Formats: sequence, structure tokens, C-alpha cells
Amino acid sequence: MITVKELNELRIKALPKIAVRKKVFEGRIPELAGRAAPEISPGDEKTYRVHVLCCAGTGCKSSGSDVLREEFERIIAKYGLQDDVQIVKTGCFGLCAEGPIVVIYPEDAMYCRVEASDIEEIVTEHIMNGRIVRRLLENPEAREGEGDVTDEDLEAGVFFRKQMRIALHNCGRINPEDIEEYVAAGGYQALAKALTEMTPDDVIKVMTDSGLRGRGGAGFPTGRKWLFAKNSVSDVKYVCCNADEGDPGAFMDRSVLEGDPHEVLEAMAIAGYAIGAGQGYIYVRAEYPTAIERLDIAIRQAEEYGILGDGIFGTDFSFRIELRLGAGAFVCGEETALMTSVEGHRGEPRPRPPFPAVKGLFAEPTILNNVETYANVPQIILKGADWFKSIGTEKSPGAKVFAVGGKIKNTGLVEVPMGTTLREIVYDIGGGIPNGKQFKAAQTGGPSGGCIPASLIDTPIDYDSLTQIGSMMGSGGLIVMDEDTCMVDIAKFFLEFTVEESCGKCPPCRIGTKRMYDILDKITRGEGELSDIDDLYELADAIKSSALCGLGQTAPNPVLSTLRYFKDEYVAHVVDKRCPAGVCKSLLQYNIDKEKCIGCGKCARNCPVDAISKTDYVAPGHKLPSLVIDSKKCVKCGVCMSGCKFGAVSKN
Amino acid sequence: MSGFSENDEKYQKLLEIIETNKNVRGSLIRVLHDSQEVYGYLPIEVQKVIAEGLGVPLAEVYGVVTFYAQFSVKPKGDYRVSVCLGTACYVKGSDKLLERLEEELGVSVGDCTADGRFSIEACRCIGACGLAPVFTINKDVYGKKEPDDIPGILAKYRD
Repeated sequence: MITVKELNELRIKALPKIAVRKKVFEGRIPELAGRAAPEISPGDEKTYRVHVLCCAGTGCKSSGSDVLREEFERIIAKYGLQDDVQIVKTGCFGLCAEGPIVVIYPEDAMYCRVEASDIEEIVTEHIMNGRIVRRLLENPEAREGEGDVTDEDLEAGVFFRKQMRIALHNCGRINPEDIEEYVAAGGYQALAKALTEMTPDDVIKVMTDSGLRGRGGAGFPTGRKWLFAKNSVSDVKYVCCNADEGDPGAFMDRSVLEGDPHEVLEAMAIAGYAIGAGQGYIYVRAEYPTAIERLDIAIRQAEEYGILGDGIFGTDFSFRIELRLGAGAFVCGEETALMTSVEGHRGEPRPRPPFPAVKGLFAEPTILNNVETYANVPQIILKGADWFKSIGTEKSPGAKVFAVGGKIKNTGLVEVPMGTTLREIVYDIGGGIPNGKQFKAAQTGGPSGGCIPASLIDTPIDYDSLTQIGSMMGSGGLIVMDEDTCMVDIAKFFLEFTVEESCGKCPPCRIGTKRMYDILDKITRGEGELSDIDDLYELADAIKSSALCGLGQTAPNPVLSTLRYFKDEYVAHVVDKRCPAGVCKSLLQYNIDKEKCIGCGKCARNCPVDAISKTDYVAPGHKLPSLVIDSKKCVKCGVCMSGCKFGAVSKN
Repeated sequence: MSGFSENDEKYQKLLEIIETNKNVRGSLIRVLHDSQEVYGYLPIEVQKVIAEGLGVPLAEVYGVVTFYAQFSVKPKGDYRVSVCLGTACYVKGSDKLLERLEEELGVSVGDCTADGRFSIEACRCIGACGLAPVFTINKDVYGKKEPDDIPGILAKYRD
């Protein structure tokens, strides 16, 4: 095992690896502040003149970043620049909608939507001649500008400006597959400090004082959780990490694991020291192959470098971490179900108490925290509780990562101080709603959460205010909906999810959510009655009060919150047999405007069920009779409407 | 019809997987993942070998296999088409992509075409929400697509 002294030597030795990126690191690495970019010295792999950081997160990978990297390598070789330019594979930058993303240092120039055909220009103009390629820059204002690119043009666009990166501080800045870069950026210093300068009680006190609350959803104070586990007497204890990010539309944890896996390992070791555990398990979704691969590499490197194992930093503290894969069961995000799954069984929840801090994994005292929670820990240990408390709100300190998606311009990952309003996230950072549509609601907390309507868009986002308005923080998925989204359909979507994912152990969830789903289905088919709405309330109440686990108890939330803010939509479906958003097929009606229809017959030819026929009416100025849709035959496929060049077909 | 045999390479691999994980506490799920990688799915014969090898009742192995969505007791197609029905994709119309895929391939979710080429499944969020709506064919990811793009995409895999 290495000593703290050796860790520091490694840090200094590895500094040149990130020195070219000093623009982002000089704030926290004093050695880089005064240092000029290193000289070129061909052959020495650590002193490249230029770093090309290519996002290799899932979003950009899906947009083709692997191909880009190969193309960069090819073009760089073509111009003989192998000794000048290093290509670094990083984790997510956050702006997934504009991917694939490439950042070039020392300038810290961020290029968006880069295509293979752009690379020659980037290499010859930017890397060889210092002329930054304006048309690809991230900052939208800079893209519009003219002439040479100035420092101002390189400043981050509005997407990044309001963010504050704590959990994501290394994401997109270091190579997640190289432990030396992590160490150079100050990694494992917090573990060293905890082990050599602090007692386990000190660590727990800092965590408690910092006010950090669980980022997985419920917001339980992390310090208190650790204290409970520390106070449980047992020779064997466990530290678990919940990386089973099952909430659809959420990918915060994935990005942390893909972009900065060592941060999580370091935090787990600190937690192990605090509660007296020697073994950690990371339970990660099998749907995240990239995250799994990088965690595997990180664990192996941490062991090889003598950071994880027996007698860490010369103390008598030993800690090891193992990966466990999920297999596609949402319920395994619930803490007791997760532990049952780590043990290799069907992931069914267990009743609490006993709480995991007393009797958890393999019936031993266990703590379970989520990935993002852990990602905050090392910095809290290094910078102290007061620093953390100075960010965010009084009862929800720190920052929170959100995966912003749905009907919004800048989909991606954002980290903002707690207390930021939804308006700032949607309009300032997110760039608003595309296609000139109206913001209708945002959904947070996934299948356990609820909707925030437009009228509450100025609500500050923190644990307590979200609970107050009937939603919840959840793990950080934030889905934006516009006027074309039907809220009854969305409630049905979440219930369908819950029905499918219910583990089946307790009847309130297994049967109750199915009944709720059936009612919602009936309403969206236009067969609802007003008494159905009362039944929904009654079922929701019963499930909330009697389901076994947290997921069951919160399953009715999407229905309750849409009923709370969009009851008129439910009533429109039930009473007027109408879907105001035009989503629920059974309630739709397609019509042809007889004045606009020129009688070309294209729709009639395309109609799969022959529901369109000629009328006797010829509109003034037209030669052929207009057409009409037989609503009894119509299957509402919409082919007529999408094919009509004259805008004569409408739906309502 | 499962093509299971005790005389092929796959069987040898299966035995190796069991051997490496035999003494690891709670390793059943990992063994199932690795075995599915080898066989493409988990026919009952394979489950029997695993149950015996790990000393776990077959009922428990079967219970775990059927509990988790990622394990399949049915064979999959050569091309596994997987449509994301996560929230971000859903609000952007991934249900319409799925409908069209079912129509084009003539099978419904969870099934495989008669020639064994294509199977369709609905999956939970794959985390590429920035590209919603998303579907994947084996390891290829298709983002920001419309139902009308589907015939063209499928054609690439058809020859």
C-alpha cells in the first residue's frame, strides 16, 4: 500500500498530465495557478501541447463520438502531430443534445455537434494555426459573431453559466480511465485526510454538520445514516452504493460513474472508515455497460496503485469494493430490495424495521447511499461543512444534478445550487421549449414524483418545497412537458410502469396500481365516469398507507399530482369525451375542412381502412369535390393529416 | 429446440462460469448474466446446470430468472431491436416508433420473427435522453428518429 507521502509524490508526478487543462484546474490546484503551459517535448507522453477531450459518455457515444476519436487520430497522424496532441476520452460534459462534444485545451474551446468532416478543419485551423473554429463553438452568441475568436467567445454559453459543479466537478475534465489524472486533480486526498487526521467520529460530525441529504430521492441526512450504522455493534459491516438508476429519464448517476468513478470509490472508503466496514458493494444497472466498464477499471487501478486493499495509507483500515450488476428491475432501487438482489435473490423489499443500519446486507449493519451523494463526500471532507452549507438553501445545502429532458431545447445534465427555480432551469439553462410551444409542466421524481405546473414555475427547487407542492426531488430526472402532452396519458404512462415493475410481494401495490391503471385506461378510451375520479383518490389513499416499500407507497403520486393541478383535463376526458392535448387516440377525431380540400384524393388513397370518401360539395375555386372522413371507420393513424399539403385535415 | 448440448464449447464455458463464481457469496445473478451472454438466453437446461453447480434449488434459479427483465427464457433474434420507453423518450413519441417497428416486423414486443432475424423489446431508459426518442439494434443507437425513418433503417439489417 502507498503512504500519504507517496500519494502526494504521485500527484506531483502526474500533474503534467492535466497541466495543459490548467484553465479549469488552476482554481483548485495551487501548483497549476502560477505555471505556464508546459513546453513541448516530443516523445514525453506527459507534456503534449494540445489536449483534445472527446466526450465518451453514453449520450455522445450514441451520437457517434467513437468515430470522431478515430478520425482525430487519423488526421493528427496525417499531419504528423502525434507528439503534440493527446486525445483524451472523458465523461459527460452535460450538453447531450448538442453532442458529440469535443473540448480543446489549453484554450478550453468547446465544440458542439462535431462531425467527422469537421475534424480536418479543427486540426489544420485550430491546432496547427491557432485559429479557433467559430462556427462550431458551444456559446451560441459566439457562433453568430465574426472575425477572430476572443476570450469572451470562449466563455461558456448560457447552459453552463448558471451551473455550479460539485458532484460533476471532474466530469468532462479528466480521463476517467486513468487514476493518475484523478490523483493529479486532488483525488484520494480526502481519504488520506480522513484516515490520518480524523477519527471516524470526526468524519461523521463533518458529514452531519454539512447537512448533506441523500441525493437518491428521499433526502435523508447522510451523516445521521452513517451514525446509526456506526453505533450498530458488529464485526462485519457493509457500505453499499446504489447505482441502480431506474427512474426513466434520469442519468445523473450514470454520468458520474462514467466521468469520475474514483470519486465514488474514494467516498465509499471514507464511509467504510466512518462506520467500521471493510467491504463495499456497488450495485449498478446492467443497462449501463460503459459505467460498468469504467468502474471495473477504476477498482482495478485503485488496487494496483495500493490505494484500496489492506492497511490503507499505512493505517490498519482495510477496504475493498466489489461490483454487483442489476438485471432490469426498478424495485431494486429500493434499499432493502437492492440488498436482497446483491445477495443474489429476487429483488423483493423487506419490511423495515429492522433498518439496514442495524440489519442490512447479509443481515449485517449496512449503509446505502446513492452515487451522487457519494460524489459530494470527498469535497466536504476536504473543504469542510461550512463550505458546503454556504451553498444552496438552509435545509437543503449543496447543489443537485438534474437530467433535464423532454420538450426542452438543451437536454442534458445540469448541476445547480439547491434553491434555483424551475424557471431558471427551464428557460435560462434549458433554453426554453422548442417550436414555440408553451411550457405546461415539469415532472420530477419519476414514478414516485409528480408534476410542477406552469403556475408554480418560480418554486425554488429543494427537498421541502417540492414535497410541499406534491412532487418530490427524486433522483434528479426532470422531464419538461409542453401543451402537446396529455396529463392523463402521462399519469397512465407512470402507472403502467409501476404495474410492470411492481415486484408483486405486497397486494396494495400489486393489485392497487393495476386497478388504478385500468381506470386511467378507461378514461383515456373515453369510457370514464365521474365516479372513476373518486375511485382513483380512494385507491391512491389505500396504496399510500399500506404498501410495503417506498416505491409502492409513492406509486400513486403521479396520479394525485396530475389530479391536483390538471383536474380539468381529467374532467374533459370523462365528461366532454375530449383530450385537450390531442393525444388520447380514442378521443380524437380527424376532420377535413371542406373549403380547403381540393379533392386530390391523396388521403383517400393512403387511408389504410378506406375511411375517406368523396362528397357532393365542390368548394368555390376548386374543381373537384371535397372529401370526408367516416369517423366510425377511422383508426386515427394520422396518415391523412401528415400527407395533406393543403392543411385541410385537422384533429381535435 | 434449444440447441443445448453437453458436448459443445458453450457448455464448457458455462461450466467455467459456474466454477469461477461458485464460492462467491450471492453470485447467482452474475452467473446468469454471463451464461446468457454465452447462450443468448437462458433455457431451462442451462438453469438446471447452474442450479446444480451452485447448489441452489432450481426453483430459486427460475425465480430469479423470471423476476428480472434482462433475463430471457425465450431466444432473441440475431438483431435485437430495443425501443426506449423511458419518460423522456415517451413524451417525444417513442410509443409511435414501437408501433411502427411492430408493424414493419410483424411481431409484437417480446417476440422474435419466424426466421429468427429480429426480435423487439421495450426497454427502460438507456440514458441517452438527449437524443430522445431512442431505439437500439444490437449495439447501434438510433436517436431523434421518426416512424417514417424505420423502414430505411431496418433495410440495412435485412440483407
